[in-house]
Amino acid sequence: MLKPRYSIFSLARNAISYHKDWERAWRSPQPKTEYDAVIVGAGGHGLATAYYLAKNHKMTNIAVVEKGWLGGGNTGRNTTIIRSNYLQDSSMAIYELARSLYEGLSQELNYNMMFSPRGVMMLCQTQHELRAFQRTAHANRLAGLDCRMITSAEVKEIVPIINDDANCRYPILGAFWQPRGGTGRHDAVAWGYARGADALGVDIIQNCEVTGIQRDGDHVVGLETSRGVIKTKKIGVVTAGNVSTVMDMAGVRMPIESQCLQALVSEPIKPVLGCVVMANTVHGYISQSDKGELVIGGGTDGYNNYSQRGSFPALEHTVTALVETFPIISRLRMLRQWGGIVDMTGDRSPIIGKTPVEGLYVNCGWGTGGFKAIPGSGFVFADTLANDRPHPIAEPFSLNRFSEGRLIDESVSAAVAH
Amino acid sequence: MLLITCPVCHAQGDETDFHCGGQAHIARPATTNPEGITDEQQSNYLFTRINPKGLQFERWRCDRGCGKWFNAARDTMTMEFKAFYGATELPPADVMKQAKGAWADYFKSRMKTSK
Repeated sequence: MLKPRYSIFSLARNAISYHKDWERAWRSPQPKTEYDAVIVGAGGHGLATAYYLAKNHKMTNIAVVEKGWLGGGNTGRNTTIIRSNYLQDSSMAIYELARSLYEGLSQELNYNMMFSPRGVMMLCQTQHELRAFQRTAHANRLAGLDCRMITSAEVKEIVPIINDDANCRYPILGAFWQPRGGTGRHDAVAWGYARGADALGVDIIQNCEVTGIQRDGDHVVGLETSRGVIKTKKIGVVTAGNVSTVMDMAGVRMPIESQCLQALVSEPIKPVLGCVVMANTVHGYISQSDKGELVIGGGTDGYNNYSQRGSFPALEHTVTALVETFPIISRLRMLRQWGGIVDMTGDRSPIIGKTPVEGLYVNCGWGTGGFKAIPGSGFVFADTLANDRPHPIAEPFSLNRFSEGRLIDESVSAAVAH
Repeated sequence: MLLITCPVCHAQGDETDFHCGGQAHIARPATTNPEGITDEQQSNYLFTRINPKGLQFERWRCDRGCGKWFNAARDTMTMEFKAFYGATELPPADVMKQAKGAWADYFKSRMKTSK
C-alpha cells in the first residue's frame, strides 16, 4: 500500500489536472471482525501509537476506532505549543523524546507538520516564580536540555511588545527560555500519523463509538462498538477527556477528572510575536500563528465538564492577564473560541501503561499539555503494548504510582500552563 | 456561566462567587481505621474519582457569602444543577434515583439506611 510521495513534483503534476486527482490520504475501511490490537481514540496519541506499532513492532493487523472524526478532539483544539522544559527527570525524558521526534517528523512521514522551533519563553513575574524556574533551568541543564534563564532586558529584546513597566502588578523579572521549543501544525500531526499508519496497513475506523469492553475473566476479548463487535486481545485506550467513561466499561476506575480547557484566536495581524510566551503567574499563554492570528490559552474551568464549552469567567481571566502583559492587544477582536475536555491527574503527569485487566492498556492524563508529547507518547506506548511490559521511559508513569506513592509532581513546577 | 444558590445562607451568585471542591461524599478511610487501611484504599481516597459523564455530586464553597461548604448535584454534560444540599446531607431522593453507575451504587445502600 505504498502511497505516492508528496513533493514539489506531485504538486506540479496535480496542478495540471486542477488538483482534482489527489489520492485520498487514508482509507475508510469497514471494521474487520478481529484485530491483533485495537486503539480506542484517533487523536494524535492514538494515531501515533498505531503508526509506531506498525512501523517499529510490525503489528499491521490493527485498527484505530474513533467515535467522531480523527483529530477532532484535543489534537485539533490545543494551542500547539511544543516544549520539554519540565522539572522531573521522568517528565524531561518523555517530553524531550517527543520534542526531538518532532524535529524529523515532517521528513519521516512525508507530511508537513510545520514544526517551528521559534522558542518558548516562560515569564517570571514574581520572585517565587523566578526561583522556581531557576531550579527547573538547572535540572534541565543537568539532563542535557538546551534551556536557560534570560534577563528582563533579553525578554524585551525578543518580545518588544511586552509590558516592561517595573512598577506594574506583575513585573517581568526574567524568563525561562527554551529556544528549541515552539509550535507545530496540530491537525497535520494527526493527519500525518493517520496517513503514515494507513500506508502501513492500519485500519482507521471513524464514526465508530465504543459502547462496551468485553472481558473473559481478567483479560479483554473484544470491543462492542456502534459498528458491531470487534474481537481483539489487546486494547489501548487513548481517549483523553473520555477516559474515565471508557475505562469504566472494563470496570477500571481512574484517578482522572475531566475539565474544560479553552483557547481562542484573534483576528490576523502583522507579525508582532516571534516566539511562544507563557505567563504562568497570571494564567495565560500566547503565540502568533503563521496566518497572523494570536493564539491564546489559559487555565481550565474549576469544575468537571464534558460539554466542550467552557465558561466565560475562565476566558475573561485569561484575556485580562494577557492584556496587562501585552497592552498592544487590548483592542484586538477575537475570531473564534472553543473548548476541549482535558483529563487531569492529581500530579499533572500522564498515565501510560498496563492496567489491572490483562490486555487492557491506557495512555491518558496528559491534561492541559498533551499535544507536545504526541510522538514520544505514541513511541513508548506502542512499545509497551507490543511487548506487554512498560517501555523504560513509560515505566514511571504507570497507573499504580498513585498507590505506591511515586507521584511525578509537575503541578507545582509547571504552575497552570503545560 | 453557572448560577448557584447556597443552601446555607441562600445567597445567589455565579461561579466566580463560589469555589468547586471536587467530588462530594468521599469518606477518609483512615479516620475510622487508621491502622488497617491499605495503600490501595488511601490511593482511592486521594486520587480515584468517579468523574461521570452526566449527573455528578460535588462540593462547593460559598466564597463570598457565608463561607460554608455545601454539596450540589450537577449534570456535567448540560451544566444544569439538580439540587443544592448541606455538606453532611444526602441529595434529595428524586435526584439520588437519577444517579447512574458508580453514583447509583453509592446511593443504593444509603437510601435504604436513611429510611
